[in-house]
Amino acid sequence: MKKYTYTEKKDTRSGFGAGLLEAGKKNPEVVALCADLVGSLKMDAFIKEFPERFFQIGIAEANMIGIAAGLTIGGKIPFTGTFANFSTGRVYDQIRQSVAYSNKNVKICASHAGLTLGEDGATHQILEDIGLMKMLPGMTVINTCDYNQTKAATIAIAEFEGPVYLRFGRPVIPVFTDPDQKFEIGKAWMVNEGTDVTIVATGHMVWKAIEAGEKLAEMGIDAEIINIHTIKPLDEEAILKSIKKTGCVVTAEEHNKFGGLGESVARLLSTELPSPQEFVAVNDSFGESGTPDQLMTKYGLDTINIIEAVQKVMKRANK
Amino acid sequence: MKHTINELEDIASQVRRDIVRMVHGCQSGHPGGSLGCADFMTALYFDVMNYSTDFKMDGIGEDLFFLSNGHISPVFYSVLARAGYFEVSELATFRKLNSRLQGHPTTHEHLPGIRIASGSLGQGMSVAIGAAQAKKLNKDKSIIYSLHGDGELQEGQNWEAIMYAPFNKVDNLISTIDYNGQQIDGPTEKVLSLESLQAKFEAFGWHVITSNGNDMDDIVKALHYAKSLTGKGKPILNLMSTIMGNGVDFMMGSHKWHGVAPNDEQLATALAQLNTTLKDY
Repeated sequence: MKKYTYTEKKDTRSGFGAGLLEAGKKNPEVVALCADLVGSLKMDAFIKEFPERFFQIGIAEANMIGIAAGLTIGGKIPFTGTFANFSTGRVYDQIRQSVAYSNKNVKICASHAGLTLGEDGATHQILEDIGLMKMLPGMTVINTCDYNQTKAATIAIAEFEGPVYLRFGRPVIPVFTDPDQKFEIGKAWMVNEGTDVTIVATGHMVWKAIEAGEKLAEMGIDAEIINIHTIKPLDEEAILKSIKKTGCVVTAEEHNKFGGLGESVARLLSTELPSPQEFVAVNDSFGESGTPDQLMTKYGLDTINIIEAVQKVMKRANK
Repeated sequence: MKHTINELEDIASQVRRDIVRMVHGCQSGHPGGSLGCADFMTALYFDVMNYSTDFKMDGIGEDLFFLSNGHISPVFYSVLARAGYFEVSELATFRKLNSRLQGHPTTHEHLPGIRIASGSLGQGMSVAIGAAQAKKLNKDKSIIYSLHGDGELQEGQNWEAIMYAPFNKVDNLISTIDYNGQQIDGPTEKVLSLESLQAKFEAFGWHVITSNGNDMDDIVKALHYAKSLTGKGKPILNLMSTIMGNGVDFMMGSHKWHGVAPNDEQLATALAQLNTTLKDY
């Protein structure tokens, strides 16, 4: 197992804030919009540097999506910022018609996704957003795994033409990816090469997959770990290549098992390479109040859940 | 003035012929609101707006128009074709398979003149505001126009936009409300009353003007007056009274022709009331 270490923990939303500032410096067409959550989205640095390129919308997410769509017509590259729930479910029809169907170059940037938002509870912990967004034709869907990857992704989507949903979160987590990485949309990142089982992980579950991989190695299981940060378009080639080798897969995501990364992988395998698969995901449930760690444990999204899923799927694959 | 009032009225008559023929041709679509807005749309595209029919999405240096109540696509398509964005013969494809003239306007099929999809109501004012703010960032002095149904104002997103525009001094925006008092289920006063729209918009900080959208002289004057009010710190709202179905007697003033196509006999009756001024497509 390749060794991953970290010297600090940071939140992915701060990676977004840093990336937004960088993207703003690189391209004067980059503008930002926020629905009364500037501090939560870490947009302060961008606003300080480019006050005239920032639009405070107020608590009016539908209007924010429409204004962003309109700004693209004049050549702007708008980044909208609010919580994941208010970035997707609340404004689904606005995104569908004014952004996706109209093919507008809007970057919908969503913080506080999933259970790890914590104490605010289920009203704010959306676990359905990946499904909602990946169903929209032409929408690129990205869920990043640490500060550095989020920063790199934010810079990359500014250079990409087309609507994007960028999902990140609130908790501080290990920073373990390369600070100078080049983020390639739609390209899987090989975290660890292995032969016994494939673990496909996204977002906050990537670090847990690495922890699981280390424990599995101690148990004599050689896990291949792939980070799928771009859920749509899916890097089908990388997934198929790995599972051809290992013969079985565990998918891990902080999302409902319905509509998430796991289902995208299952759809691919069902037509191309039917293989045993186990899902580490929320079992069709809403969340609740609690600390992020407590919630990840209660809802089955811990390192141990990945290990157990690996054991189960390898047994099913007669390994 | 690019055209006399008489010339504009003649164009509007042809646009009305196009509308009823398009809707008849596919036996679907929305003639009522389209007919009511025929004079306004003609005034806008043949007198008021500065634009190029060599279509570019960004419309830098051009006035832009956004149709929020996308169901009145027949009038939009007719005016765009008559203005020269595409061949008028293409109007015959309206709502048919493989057409660029979808039931509701869309950019998806790349029809020149369309900059946003609309149809799901209440979204157009936000988009128009965004386009207006992009113009300001680009130091582009041209103007954004938008059109909205009155019933459409029941959608809450409008009020987010109506609150936002004056506070942010979006004063390069002229939004028009098609104030015909009708919606699918009946008169707006019975379905969900709008009460005083003028007072509501003024309370939010808009400069409100009123006009008669079925009097060419009046609507042209109103739009030029609205233009003179741009750049003064407030968005402008043109509260435009119209009669749904205007120009075809049996369709006038009733919500019943909101989304119904005429049969052959009704088409003949309608066309007999509308002069052919340009050639039929």
